[in-house]
Amino acid sequence: MTYIDRTGLWLIATAAILVAGAFVLPHWLTFILTLALAKALVVQGVVVQMRAGLVSFGQGLFFCVGGYAIGLGGNLLGIHDAFALLALGLVASVGLAAVIGLLMTRYRDIFFAMLSLALSMILFGVLVKSQTLGSTDGFNVHGVSYLGVTFDGANQKIAVYILTVVVSCACALFLYRSQHAGIGRVCEAIRENEIRVEYLGLSPRWILYAQYLVAAAVSALGGGLTALATGHIDPEMAFWTTSGEFVFIALLGGTMHVAAPFVAAVLFAFVRTYAIEFTPHTWQMILGLVLLGIIIFLPKGLWSLVSRNRRVKA
Amino acid sequence: MSTPILETKGLCRSFGAVIAAKDINVRIEAGEVVGVIGSNGAGKTTFINMVTGYLPPSSGDIRFEGHTLIGKAPRKIIRMGMARSFQVAQLFPELSVLENMLIALVAAESPRPSFLNPVSTPARLRQADEILTEFGVERFRDSLVSAVPQGARKLIDIAMALIGTPRMLLLDEPTSGVSVEEKFPLMDTVMRAVRHHGVTVLFVEHDMEIVERYVSRVLAFYSGEIISDGIPAQVFADNRVRELVIGHGHGAPASEKSRSKA
Amino acid sequence: MNVGALPPARMRRLTDMTTFYAILMDGMIYASWLFLVAAGLTVIYGVMRILNMAHGSFYAIGAYSAASLVGWYFSSNGEANPYWSYAILVGCALLAGLVVGFVIEQGLLRFMYKRNELLMVIVTYALLLILEDATKLVFGVDPYFTYQPYSLLGRSMIGELAFANYDLALVGASVVVGGLCWFVLNRTHTGKVLRAVIHDREIAVAMGVNVRLMFAGTFIVGTTLGALAGALTAPSISVSPGIGVEVIVLAFAVVVVGGLGSIEGAVVGALLVGLTRSMAVHLAPEIELFVIYGVMSLVLAVRPQGLFGRTVARKI
Repeated sequence: MTYIDRTGLWLIATAAILVAGAFVLPHWLTFILTLALAKALVVQGVVVQMRAGLVSFGQGLFFCVGGYAIGLGGNLLGIHDAFALLALGLVASVGLAAVIGLLMTRYRDIFFAMLSLALSMILFGVLVKSQTLGSTDGFNVHGVSYLGVTFDGANQKIAVYILTVVVSCACALFLYRSQHAGIGRVCEAIRENEIRVEYLGLSPRWILYAQYLVAAAVSALGGGLTALATGHIDPEMAFWTTSGEFVFIALLGGTMHVAAPFVAAVLFAFVRTYAIEFTPHTWQMILGLVLLGIIIFLPKGLWSLVSRNRRVKA
Repeated sequence: MSTPILETKGLCRSFGAVIAAKDINVRIEAGEVVGVIGSNGAGKTTFINMVTGYLPPSSGDIRFEGHTLIGKAPRKIIRMGMARSFQVAQLFPELSVLENMLIALVAAESPRPSFLNPVSTPARLRQADEILTEFGVERFRDSLVSAVPQGARKLIDIAMALIGTPRMLLLDEPTSGVSVEEKFPLMDTVMRAVRHHGVTVLFVEHDMEIVERYVSRVLAFYSGEIISDGIPAQVFADNRVRELVIGHGHGAPASEKSRSKA
Repeated sequence: MNVGALPPARMRRLTDMTTFYAILMDGMIYASWLFLVAAGLTVIYGVMRILNMAHGSFYAIGAYSAASLVGWYFSSNGEANPYWSYAILVGCALLAGLVVGFVIEQGLLRFMYKRNELLMVIVTYALLLILEDATKLVFGVDPYFTYQPYSLLGRSMIGELAFANYDLALVGASVVVGGLCWFVLNRTHTGKVLRAVIHDREIAVAMGVNVRLMFAGTFIVGTTLGALAGALTAPSISVSPGIGVEVIVLAFAVVVVGGLGSIEGAVVGALLVGLTRSMAVHLAPEIELFVIYGVMSLVLAVRPQGLFGRTVARKI
């Protein structure tokens, strides 16, 4: 049994090309890509749960925890290493998920959606009202070093970009494997018929709990990388519309392939850049219409276009 | 006397004013094939639901190979060596038949599915194909379950239950929703597989022809109580059974029964 | 979050008793507002099983149309009787709700009634996104202030505390809306049919109930209730983009606490959330937002179906 199959090689090759791109592409482009990939990690968190039939309207919670860990780790704990800060966010996020996951895994359908939304809004409420945590404005992240090396302006952006690509690739490889491993298949089974899963001798709650932690982990990494890239964090990260955007991108890409959230997030970022420039007040309307279009015409997301073609060829 | 494979003592359960089980005492020895008969609402499915942990009994004890099942979740009971099928086949409709089998195989191996090891290995694919062939549904291997006919779904449901190599299998109306022509072939397939694996079977059935042909013992339920228990000839000769059970169930078309239960 | 129904926190030091009354009164006022906002949401869920995210947009549309029309009324004819503005408020809401509800139900939702509940949440989320921008395109992005109907009624003293009469009238309005909902559901033929639909849609269809008509009617009524809440709130806030997005989560909190689809539940949910929030505002302002969702999470944790909700076990 090989540990890296064809899809794995594709992921690594794409990541290598993207890393090489750091030295060729214009800075504005690498910046957009950094943010898109970081966002895609949070979307992966949404997708992992969507495969099990759960829609999280509060993934911003872990996105926010990951981001704030970067800021607070520097300001309050004096940690300045990017890797240590990302790890801090990861631990904080998974720790939080380990507690509220006990509660969340009891819920399904709209109740899961609503409760996840409520929990992220609690964090939003706390952050907005707390002076020490930066209140409504949040605060800036600076003085981050990479294994002892500090970069100035443009090089710092390149460093974050490369880090984001590498982390995304690692997460994608793991998520790809787990999607096709027992845990991923059983999640689909839970979505289809939870009672049968129980009667196969498995605990749906344990499996959903495990996936909840995985989702929290990748979302925290996404939040951390976003904070490193923009150098700023604010409570909006936990506001429910941020989570709504993650759900949107997840539906855009669909749940079929691990690459879909990345592709969808990049597509989203580019369309948004232009849409906001040309028609600032119709961006959300475009999103809404596209979302309706996906639901009606492509219920498995844009990825179904690609795979449908492939099946016809084969 | 050896420990019975399944034993219930004073099992009771009510839903509000409706009594679905009243002081049920049953002893089933390993190797028996037991048929459970009774009209709708007599408490047959409730009995299976209680034994497999889906419904807690109001009082009484259930022992499987001497170990109590009270307070145990269905998955724990499955892990102890019990399995069940469902009146309406409980499958994963938007996955293929093969994927359904693979998931059952993964589940049988460990209660904690792996994060890294792929599900479709050559060994599991071979096993899945063997099982599908044993149950005569190999032609549906790559179809989605939602596109597979009722009779085949019932077989797949039972095949999935048997994958965990249980020592006892509870079948809830295996032939309901199955056409008249299909029901005997279906039962032949199931009983062959069951004997092959050496499994003790208890099945709920409306169809007296099926019961007569396949069981070694019959339990007749009436409004939550067992009114007769013995070899088929003896139970079917019982006046109360003839009046209260067979008079209701026998001869009615299977489709009507399944509809009224759904 | 500036929802305005609550007077600003008082600066002077109050005695314990006064604080208690203040909490109670502010809580009641806030609860009335919450109920108005949540009533339409729970009605739609109860009958149609749609958890309508676009409800916040209906609120915003009501607020915008009321604010712009009342503003125009006062600026264009200074001589006019100012009390007509209340009729305009309510009239706007009814018209806006009717039109928007009808268009959305007939144009989109009726094609999707077979879909599952979770997907409908996403459909209404798409609607929310569309309506948010549609509102901006129609009304612009600058805030509207329509204080006249609010200040016109003056203030009255209750004990040592001054309250805007408009806020007190809001309590009355929510009692009227709640009473009407209760009356329709429990004392009319339509209500009886609706309750049959709520209880078991399939049996209701089998008994010849025109479910399509019931759904269309319910959706329009729910939309109108949302618009009415917005219109009645408009005079006490600055109507600006984003109010709908803020309100929808509050409305969710209320109906989830009370039990989705239950009018009684919405009343109790509104009171619980309203009083808790008012307590927080007076005693520990820093946890104001936290408590609203805290109450919601706590109720969900203990009683997922909400205080008045029912659970249905799955048959196998």
